[in-house]
Amino acid sequence: MPCISSKLVYADHLGTCKARWGIGRMNYIVPPGLYACGAPDSGSPVVVTANYKMTYDAVRQALAGRNVWVLVLETFGINVWCAAGKGTFGTEELVRRVTSSELAKVVTHRRLVLPILGAPGVAAHEVTRRCGFTVSYATIHAVDLPKYLDNGMVTTPAMRALRFSWYDRLVLIPVEVVLELKSLAVISAVVLLACAAAGGLPVGMAAFVAYVGAALSGIVLGPLLLPWLPGKSFALKGAVVGLLWTCCFLLLTGGHWTPLATTAAFLILPSVSAYHTLNFTGCTTFTSRSGVRKEMRFGLPVMGISIVTGTLLLVLSRFIQG
Amino acid sequence: MDGFRYLNNVVTLALDQPTCTGCGRCVEVCPHQVFIIARGKAVLADRDACMECGACALNCPVKAITVDAGVGCAIGIISEWLRERKLSKGRYC
Repeated sequence: MPCISSKLVYADHLGTCKARWGIGRMNYIVPPGLYACGAPDSGSPVVVTANYKMTYDAVRQALAGRNVWVLVLETFGINVWCAAGKGTFGTEELVRRVTSSELAKVVTHRRLVLPILGAPGVAAHEVTRRCGFTVSYATIHAVDLPKYLDNGMVTTPAMRALRFSWYDRLVLIPVEVVLELKSLAVISAVVLLACAAAGGLPVGMAAFVAYVGAALSGIVLGPLLLPWLPGKSFALKGAVVGLLWTCCFLLLTGGHWTPLATTAAFLILPSVSAYHTLNFTGCTTFTSRSGVRKEMRFGLPVMGISIVTGTLLLVLSRFIQG
Repeated sequence: MDGFRYLNNVVTLALDQPTCTGCGRCVEVCPHQVFIIARGKAVLADRDACMECGACALNCPVKAITVDAGVGCAIGIISEWLRERKLSKGRYC
């Protein structure tokens, strides 16, 4: 039986840091199966988790000093929440892993401890019907596992409460930036070249800075300032940071822009930010699919029309000047 | 959760109370405390807090809950729309 260490070493922290930036995040996949944490016996609890590096690290660190079985499911390096949504952290895989690890021979009880955020993929009654083990949804955060175990394996309301702190949002941002790098590079190059061709290099550079600033405002500032930005709509929140960025940009560049170019900036830049902040809905655990759809049905046409109108104004301003 | 709220009156969550046996699984799996058990039956106490993850519907042994569950990110929905219109194979995440 493989044993796991509940202590994170320097290499684990370095790996976390790299994974946050999207560097080789699939190189840390933990082989699925049953592991011993401490010196568990036939009566020890069985904690089920995913084989994403940070999930596994959080669980084993939380279980330090305990004697627990850890059943790692094959979620292909994806965290519990996303894997449950995709169904890989699911009934099928759980039953398969319970059977293949011969868990019924290892423990005498018939109880599996699952993370609450795994529930969208697992039908507890189906698991019981198919392999005889009952499912207890324990906590949302792995860090609460010791309290749960000490509480006679009973979940308190606090263990069921989601948190989404400033820091929780901050650590999600690097990978968002990395994922957007390709589209950012392509669009900013087009903006730079088109504006430089139309009005010379300084204009091209200004447009480049304006665009990249608007995109980063939407990707970085929108999520960080989330609770303090007005409204419930993510697109609106993004538009507000975009508006702030537009004001900053116009002030920083001396404000010597023509009225047409200024209007264009106010139309285009907040739309760019709004799109990127709207996309952060995918990283949260409180936005519903129907809500995002509603925002998109209304928001995407508004953003599109603003950007097209703004671009036409820029072209028009070129002709008026020219 | 921490005062975070999303749009009101949008979610597709529905509970068929006569079918409910009051087992409490929905209360156990919901990360947003949408359900409570009152007089032996589940009640939608805070429907607008639902994020349509689908955990309650999947874990309801008598299928008393329905919800259109799925990904809630903009890129995911765009790629879904493109796939429905057969414009792209739509890979995301």
